Amino acid sequence: MSDVLLKITGLQTAYGQSQVLFGIEMEIRTGEVVALLGRNGMGKTTTVRSIMGLTRASGGAIELRGKRIERASPDAIARSGVALVPEGRQIFPNLTVRENLEAFAGNRNGTSAPWTVEKVFRLFPRLAERASNMGNQLSGGEQQMLAIGRALVTNPHLMILDEATEGLAPLIREEIWACLAELRRAGQTILVIDKYVERLIKLADRHTIIERGRVAWQGTSAELDADHGLWHRYLGV
Amino acid sequence: MAENLLRIESLHKRFGGIVATDGVTLEVERGEVHALIGPNGAGKTTLIAQISGSLAPDAGRIVFNGADITSLPQHARVTAGLARSYQITSIFKRFSVEQNLALAVQARSGSSFGFWRPVASETALEDEARAIASQVGLAERVNAIAGSLAHAEQRSLEVGLALATNPKLLLLDEPMAGLGPDESQRMIALIHHLRESVSVLLVEHDMDAVFQLADRISVLVSGAIIATGTSGEIRANEEVRRAYLGDEITG
Repeated sequence: MSDVLLKITGLQTAYGQSQVLFGIEMEIRTGEVVALLGRNGMGKTTTVRSIMGLTRASGGAIELRGKRIERASPDAIARSGVALVPEGRQIFPNLTVRENLEAFAGNRNGTSAPWTVEKVFRLFPRLAERASNMGNQLSGGEQQMLAIGRALVTNPHLMILDEATEGLAPLIREEIWACLAELRRAGQTILVIDKYVERLIKLADRHTIIERGRVAWQGTSAELDADHGLWHRYLGV
Repeated sequence: MAENLLRIESLHKRFGGIVATDGVTLEVERGEVHALIGPNGAGKTTLIAQISGSLAPDAGRIVFNGADITSLPQHARVTAGLARSYQITSIFKRFSVEQNLALAVQARSGSSFGFWRPVASETALEDEARAIASQVGLAERVNAIAGSLAHAEQRSLEVGLALATNPKLLLLDEPMAGLGPDESQRMIALIHHLRESVSVLLVEHDMDAVFQLADRISVLVSGAIIATGTSGEIRANEEVRRAYLGDEITG
């Protein structure tokens, strides 16, 4: 069995007096794709924010490659090899596509075949065509490709995607799913949040469903595929 | 044949060297839910902005309810019966649901603007605000602070704000954005219910929603309409599949 890359134990997170996470337990092994599922407002994005250090955990532990990170700053967590493709993309509007990528390029996981700007352009030829365009001149789909490319060029141990297909046209969504499948084949460890359960079942190895800040269910794609009661109960499908 | 509520004729809009709207001609009939779909960056939001009046076209004509509104300012178009909701939720987050709706009703009716009286003291405003809240499924949440509402409830409130202007045509820009599957179904039910009283121009990428709701669909690619037709016609259109739908044919 592969090494545990990320281990979350008893994670509790609150916004002021309002507690959102009540003891999340999950782990992600190297090379796995894990989906985080649940209805809106159940704590998915807060879990991601806690991993990234953007919202400080009030209890529990988060270990990345055996090192505790729940008290680390977001920049330290990013440097240690966690890359977030955030909801809303948040690319730099006044930098060109190439500059958006070059500003983040590095080899944080020490791979022998790192993602480079040129390699990202091969993955998304559409971005190569737009290399000199400013971020704010891109369509929503191109912005999403750039956000994924920006995460890739950091060569992260763990890549996290929060609603990466939201607001995208069907064809572009398909491109994003195809890209994630390719990353999976290349061995990239991924934590993904999305609302398209059927696509997540095809992509991910395992799934964690969060309900009211607690883990309600964890299992494999085959198990989730076989139990549509879970879809209905926890995902509103 | 039903009379057109909205007719757009050869609309053009350019940003420097970029052609955003390239001779769009489009008609929305009375009582119709008309969906506008197309790739990201095709110019859908720019087109909606020109219809609602937040952006002026370079050329072309917009006729609404029999009158040329091409050069009318945005607020005059609202008065004429055009209301728009946005891709990004835009509500008064610190006000209650009822206050949000009462303000929108007041803005339409110009009933008071008595600055020294709290808006909620006006019974008629309050009644109408509550009726709209009920219409959009927020009857139980009228006293909740808008910022504390769940995302789906905020989207419903935004539709309510548009309804408060008593529109003839509702421009809905991605109302399903960020909604989960069950929330999307509730929004679909809401729009389906609204069609009894208002026509809708719906911009949406959620094809389940589009195919369930739309009487007709127009497809915008690179600033131009490449096809208009029923769900069946659009699904079967090879050019639309190539440009937008791919193999995601649902419903």
